[in-house]
Amino acid sequence: MSTTTTPAQDDALDPGGAGGVPPEEARADRPERSRPPRRWQSAAAWTMLAPNLVLLGVFLVVPLGWAIVMSFQAKRSFGPGRWNGLENLGRLLGDDVFWRALLNTAIFTAVCVPVAVAAGLGLALLMNKALPGRGVFRTVVYLPIVVSTLVTSLIGLLLFDETVGIINGVLRDLGLGQVAWQTDGVLAMTSVIIMTLWTRIGFAMIIYLAALQDLDPQLVEAAELDGASRFNVVRHIVVPTLRPTTFFLVVINMIWSFQVFDIVFVMTNGGPGYDTTMLVTYAYDEGFGPARNFGYGATVGVVLFVITTVIVVFQVRRNARREEA
Amino acid sequence: MSKPVRFGVCLVVFAIFVLPLFAMVVVAFTPRASLFDGGASLWPSSWTLDNFRTAFDNYPVARWFGNALLVATLTTILSVVVNLLAGYALAKMRFRGRSVVFVVILSTLVVPTQAVMIPQFELVARMGLIGFFWAVVLPSASTALGVFLARQFFVSFPDELIDAARVDGCGPLTAFRRIVLPNTRPLVAVMVLLAFMTQWNDFLWPLITLRDPDLYTLPVALRFLQGAYDADYGGIMAVALLSSLPLLILFVLLQRYFVAGLTRSGLRS
Repeated sequence: MSTTTTPAQDDALDPGGAGGVPPEEARADRPERSRPPRRWQSAAAWTMLAPNLVLLGVFLVVPLGWAIVMSFQAKRSFGPGRWNGLENLGRLLGDDVFWRALLNTAIFTAVCVPVAVAAGLGLALLMNKALPGRGVFRTVVYLPIVVSTLVTSLIGLLLFDETVGIINGVLRDLGLGQVAWQTDGVLAMTSVIIMTLWTRIGFAMIIYLAALQDLDPQLVEAAELDGASRFNVVRHIVVPTLRPTTFFLVVINMIWSFQVFDIVFVMTNGGPGYDTTMLVTYAYDEGFGPARNFGYGATVGVVLFVITTVIVVFQVRRNARREEA
Repeated sequence: MSKPVRFGVCLVVFAIFVLPLFAMVVVAFTPRASLFDGGASLWPSSWTLDNFRTAFDNYPVARWFGNALLVATLTTILSVVVNLLAGYALAKMRFRGRSVVFVVILSTLVVPTQAVMIPQFELVARMGLIGFFWAVVLPSASTALGVFLARQFFVSFPDELIDAARVDGCGPLTAFRRIVLPNTRPLVAVMVLLAFMTQWNDFLWPLITLRDPDLYTLPVALRFLQGAYDADYGGIMAVALLSSLPLLILFVLLQRYFVAGLTRSGLRS
């Protein structure tokens, strides 16, 4: 099974490739002769954009603006919002559960992102060269991508359930006793991270495998002829070539990690205590739990939005500076 | 690494990655009695179809499948249409503000549903959409990723074909319909697969908006079953397996389209 072969693949869309001038800019200076009047084209363009922009505007931009408004309001459920200035923010700053959720999310991110990206690269290198059954091996690593997070989480419970779960069952049969996957905070976090990685490594591997096709084999051969070790080839040739891909994978995995909800919600529901509470599970509990505190829940959401924006802007800037250097 | 060593490592990786799916399949066919007697095991002494039978007898499983299929299909159709049109306009048409619009659409990537779900929910409720599938479909249709994929495809679409149509007297919309659309098969295949997969598996937003068990899509139904079955994993895994089968089969059959789609979602900033 080959990795990347749709007929449309020959476009400039290799995910690993570095920037470059988009083709349409290159042809902007082409003569206008055969073009219809500009007004005509402009009207047609806006007509084609309209459905998309209306949906994005109504269902994303408006809620974002409203979320910011709500974060300055005392508001329960659908009730009217009463302005309360910075009270929500003040409560947030003194809220131990919020800080716990932020810390947990940061830890989750700090573990998931490097492990998923590194494992994806390792497996891509492992399965890049000819190997019997390579297609089957690749497919099995990819499969979790199409499994819903709900199924993943339920399988996670089946594996890590303390009393009837499979892992503890096997340990018991081996005479090794029980592991407190659900009552110990660190172990609960570990089980959530393991199931998350199961779904993420395949994606990193797909992207890396595609990027590896751009690697110049002659460069690698030359280095090997010069006596470079396999490790040094990877470190000095492969990894630098893949840098744009790694950049993309780090950013997207960070965004996904900060948004984590489903797996935690089903496997631990934030417990034991608040040991696995994340930003989104906390926002959900505040907004849709018994309190139905829309104002405060929206404030947590705004924090998530700000963090996501900062991550993206920061990473993009750092990447741009590196490319200049 | 020598070839046999690499093969050995691959076998280990295979075992680790296949284990969760294997566990799901086995438990789905394990009799309830042996699950409660000594917990789940990777090779039960007897096999049964009872878990499937009781799930269908006690819960509207068929209905949930229908809901999931309907919601995913509606979202996919709407999503492909609006994103395809927008992507084409951004790639091939000239108008003032084009690059601004593109940047604005791309920047919505940093607005996660999770961050705005509370006002989004109130908005959808005030529009009177709660209790209808539109509450799920409409907010999911327009995606930055879809627009991006379409635009990248059309950027490399030959201008000569479009120009020829213009010389023949076609307006921009006619040219799009008659000349461009028939050539977008590979793009549409990728967009359909990604949109369908995303909606079929989506959980949080349907959980918030589909409050009636008769309207549940499969992930929300599974959450419901988690509460209903408690520790009876047989029934849960039976429905979980059924809900995953369509995409697993599609993936194995159409792997190259999936892989191409996921590869191309490798957005550059």
